[in-house]
Amino acid sequence: MTLVAIRGLLGRKLRATLTAIAVILGVAMISGTYVLTDTIQGAFDAIFSESYRGTNAVVTAKTAFEPTAEGDTGFVQATLPQSDLEKTKQIDGVAAALGGVAGEAQIIKKDGKVLTSGGAPSLGFSVDPSQPRFNSLTLAQGAWPKTNEVAIDEASYKKGDFQIGEGIQIASRGPAETMKLSGVVRFGALSSLGGATIAAFDLATAQRMFDKVGRLDQIRVAAETGVSTTQLIDNLESGLGPTVRVRSGEGQAEKDASGTNEFIGFLQKFLLAFAGIALFVGSFVIANTLSITIAQRTREFATIRTIGGSRRQVLGSVILEALVIGVVASVIGLLLGFLLARGLNALFDAVGFTLPKVGLVYKPRTVIVALLVGTLVTLLASLRPAFRATRVPPIAAVREGAALPEGRFARWRPYVAVLVAVAGFAALSYGLFRSGLGTTQVLLWMGVGALLIFFGVAMFASRIVVPLADAVSPVGTAMVAVFSVLFYPILFGYWLLRYGMFEGRAGIPKRIGAFLLGTLLTFFLLLPVVVLVMWLVGKLGWYRPEWPVERPGIIADKSSRGLARENAQRNPQRTASTASALMIGLALVTLVAVLAQGIRQTFLNSVDQQFVADYAITAQNNFSPLPIAVETTAEGVEGVTAASGIRFGQARIDNSTQTIGGVDADTPKVIHIDWVDGDNATTGQLGMDGAIVKEDWAKDRNLTVGSPVKLLTPTGKTLDMKIDGIFDEPTGGSPFGNVNISSEAFDANYEQPTNTYTFLNMRGGVTDENTARLNLALNDFPNAKVQDQQEFKDNQVAGLSAVLNILYVLLALSVIVSLFGIINTLALSVFERTRELGLLRAIGMTRRQTARMIRQESVVTALIGAVLGIVLGIALGGLLVARIDFIEFSLPVFTLIVVALAAIVVGIIAAILPARRASRLNVLEALQYE
Amino acid sequence: MSTNGAVVNAREVKRVYGEGSTAVEALRGVSLDVEGGRLTAVMGPSGSGKSTLMHILAGLDRPTAGEVLIAGTSIGTLDDTALTRLRREHIGFVFQFFNLLPMLTAEENIRLPLTLAGEKPEPAFFKQLIDNVGLGDRLDHRPSELSGGQQQRVAIARALVTRPTVVFADEPTGNLDSRTGAEILDLLRASVTEYGQTLVMVTHDAGAASTADRILFLADGEIVKDAGHMEPPDISAAMNELSR
Repeated sequence: MTLVAIRGLLGRKLRATLTAIAVILGVAMISGTYVLTDTIQGAFDAIFSESYRGTNAVVTAKTAFEPTAEGDTGFVQATLPQSDLEKTKQIDGVAAALGGVAGEAQIIKKDGKVLTSGGAPSLGFSVDPSQPRFNSLTLAQGAWPKTNEVAIDEASYKKGDFQIGEGIQIASRGPAETMKLSGVVRFGALSSLGGATIAAFDLATAQRMFDKVGRLDQIRVAAETGVSTTQLIDNLESGLGPTVRVRSGEGQAEKDASGTNEFIGFLQKFLLAFAGIALFVGSFVIANTLSITIAQRTREFATIRTIGGSRRQVLGSVILEALVIGVVASVIGLLLGFLLARGLNALFDAVGFTLPKVGLVYKPRTVIVALLVGTLVTLLASLRPAFRATRVPPIAAVREGAALPEGRFARWRPYVAVLVAVAGFAALSYGLFRSGLGTTQVLLWMGVGALLIFFGVAMFASRIVVPLADAVSPVGTAMVAVFSVLFYPILFGYWLLRYGMFEGRAGIPKRIGAFLLGTLLTFFLLLPVVVLVMWLVGKLGWYRPEWPVERPGIIADKSSRGLARENAQRNPQRTASTASALMIGLALVTLVAVLAQGIRQTFLNSVDQQFVADYAITAQNNFSPLPIAVETTAEGVEGVTAASGIRFGQARIDNSTQTIGGVDADTPKVIHIDWVDGDNATTGQLGMDGAIVKEDWAKDRNLTVGSPVKLLTPTGKTLDMKIDGIFDEPTGGSPFGNVNISSEAFDANYEQPTNTYTFLNMRGGVTDENTARLNLALNDFPNAKVQDQQEFKDNQVAGLSAVLNILYVLLALSVIVSLFGIINTLALSVFERTRELGLLRAIGMTRRQTARMIRQESVVTALIGAVLGIVLGIALGGLLVARIDFIEFSLPVFTLIVVALAAIVVGIIAAILPARRASRLNVLEALQYE
Repeated sequence: MSTNGAVVNAREVKRVYGEGSTAVEALRGVSLDVEGGRLTAVMGPSGSGKSTLMHILAGLDRPTAGEVLIAGTSIGTLDDTALTRLRREHIGFVFQFFNLLPMLTAEENIRLPLTLAGEKPEPAFFKQLIDNVGLGDRLDHRPSELSGGQQQRVAIARALVTRPTVVFADEPTGNLDSRTGAEILDLLRASVTEYGQTLVMVTHDAGAASTADRILFLADGEIVKDAGHMEPPDISAAMNELSR
């Protein structure tokens, strides 16, 4: 049977290839993801360890707690007093010590805008060239910076077209300053750290820029020869006291890397999830293709059984075929993935998310996982068709059209399907609504639930194919007609070109006229050139251009449409399986669209409710916090009647890290607050110990006005506050934290205070004059952006769109896999109906009608997949929205229409090759086909 | 039940298709004994049940009632594994449409029954078989590269390679022109006469039936005539009688 299996595959290479593609794409995504993330990880590891190369120990101030993910941007670590540096130098075993500070420093381009790419940070630090062992930077050009000078990274230098010796604007905590560009630096051997920019200063300048005069962020220490790192750390800890944290060089590198490693880990899982989806869809395609193939090979299997082949041998042969396809596809996928890694990198680049890379990293794990997963998925998908093959009775060898026996459980199929789908919903709901589950558990339940739902719906779908086909057929026809109309000029032009070139029976003037008109219609597609080449190649005898060809028409005729619909209904099981593959991808796209729409709509609603100010000021990237100097400057602008910057920080309350905010008397004038207990005067009366809190937060803890709240700041200070007011937050969120103290209290207890948003009211409201005045005043802060309410909404939502597009692109992979599924099914079914098609042609169906029929079938199948997918996606989306607090359900009508159109396009494209084949059948041969 | 020395026995075999008012009785209680070493033809007009009878005798189909024995074993009680073994060792089949596996060569097709059993043919016997069917130079060709007659020769060789107890041939010349058909019939006749193979052939062609040692005529699911060797004109006359 090995012989039978292998020969079988070789004899049907094209079909095997199309089947294999289903797996190749998914496996490619797996290997590509691993290579990409491994490479990024490797690059970052190199960066961080490089950074602490010559350092044995690092001293930092103890921070009371670590920030949560949402509080990470702008989280301010505690600092050391400069005196600690002198102390350090005196400690036993210390050969040398260097203090340094770091902070955010934007490089301003010559046009006044910040030099940045995507969300990459603008890094600034102090540098001391006299101690090269502690210096991670190397000088590429010019000189190290002296007082009030700056050196920038090579990539920024080139990008901004700067000159060494010239003045360059740098902005940090205060207004932008012009400094002399002393030189160009590299980080080790890298000229760029992804999109991050580097600005280096000498210590005093850096301390001034970052508002850390007299403070240090870290002290790097080198040990005397003979002193071990452990010894050094001990000495430092005892010498400097309990306010500091000492780590080894590697330890500090690890700590610095941990945030990035977390992100890379997340990115890896995220991308692998999409690879998993593509493979899931692929398994549907394989199962379907194999089923059809086996049905077509009934006579073959029956013959084998007649001459003494056992059921097990038949099973073995089918499984072996699947195994071979699986292994070969996995290998190809693995290699393709390596190419894909480069592609994914470019994708992230394009969205402005440049990641550092230093040559691709290939780990053995990548190869093993890719091969294993690809082969396994293929094998599993082939099991059911393989078992069906064993049920072929020997009598099928002689009896024409003997139907495959249904199997013992066929009667139960619809009930099982419903059960599976319901179980899936149950699992999904459990994962979503059960309290107390860890994130991994939630995702697991959700994943399993989704899988079961898809299986169940796919199994059940065959029952609704018939009515669905009736329903979607006219829609498909209409849309195809629309597309035909749109493309008609091109199709007609192409026909005209060929008419002019090849129609020997027409007069020359007519032919020239036709060719010219055709050129007019299609020149931008270079079709005239194509036709000329066809003619040339025809003359050389390599290829005979096909002529005459029917003139293209627009309206599909009723008979083809009717036949197509009936063909799709003839074998509901098969149509359903094919459509299901497309359903999965489209359901997920719909789900994402529903969620995004929910997020967007809810957010916009909450902004509408709360944003009563005239202007808002945020950072250029819309989310980073700005130093309070921006608020102070804006406040002083002529015509400003109210100004409030909402402070942003994190505090530890009751053993959980929370986001807290800072408000002032003007806040209710710019943000509408829905008071539950308190009024608009409350925010101005908070003093140094008052706080206003969110209603839900207070309810959860049984707190009311007057209850005490204890806050622990990152620097370790404990603040005893009491609740002066409670407010209700709209579903879409608010600019406030759970607990909000007065800005005064905030500034007194937090280092380098920042605002997430600053809101202003001006006399006369939003006018060009007011806008101009604000922009002028904020000239020194290029990182600040002035917006009115509409601009604010647009900007905040824009980030969401970028993420959404990435998700859609990743899901497109699954849709492409299902596209191949449809091509496969269609091609196989055309092959199967050879005699029937021959008959239709013999009794008068034209080639064009045949092609149209096949195309219509494809479109109907695709649309069925779309309907199923959209309905399922909305259902899943509804469930998720019900669970997530800050979104409300909103139907993304536009996206849904695009999804339906995309399905039709998929249907049309999938039909191209099979339709051509069908229309080109030699009628006589087809009629005799056995 | 004794076999009466016969290779294949049928006892009161009935076959009904469908149920209730739409039921069709394809066979109404057929009993026969097939002698070893003989060519037995089963003839009848369409709808007579001859193909049904053959399928049941060959173990491809189960009778609604009655019993079939092959080489003394009642096949009605056999499970699938035992049936499979029976097919390997005792039954050969020649189909009307050849039923060769398209992706295997002629030689591989011929060997297939043995390959499935994990065995190889005895080289001398194999060579003899190939010579007898006259395929010496076509062994490495695929079925698509062979003519109808050549394909049927391959099929016959495949049926004979296991030296089965009985070979069933279902309209073996139905898909061939008369000259090629005659060659095939000669081949089948030779296997019986020279090598003692037992052969049961279903046919509607008088010429084919005239090669048989015994002709069974079927009509409306029953055996209506059991004759020895007959010449074609007589066979045609008998058929006309039945069709009336």
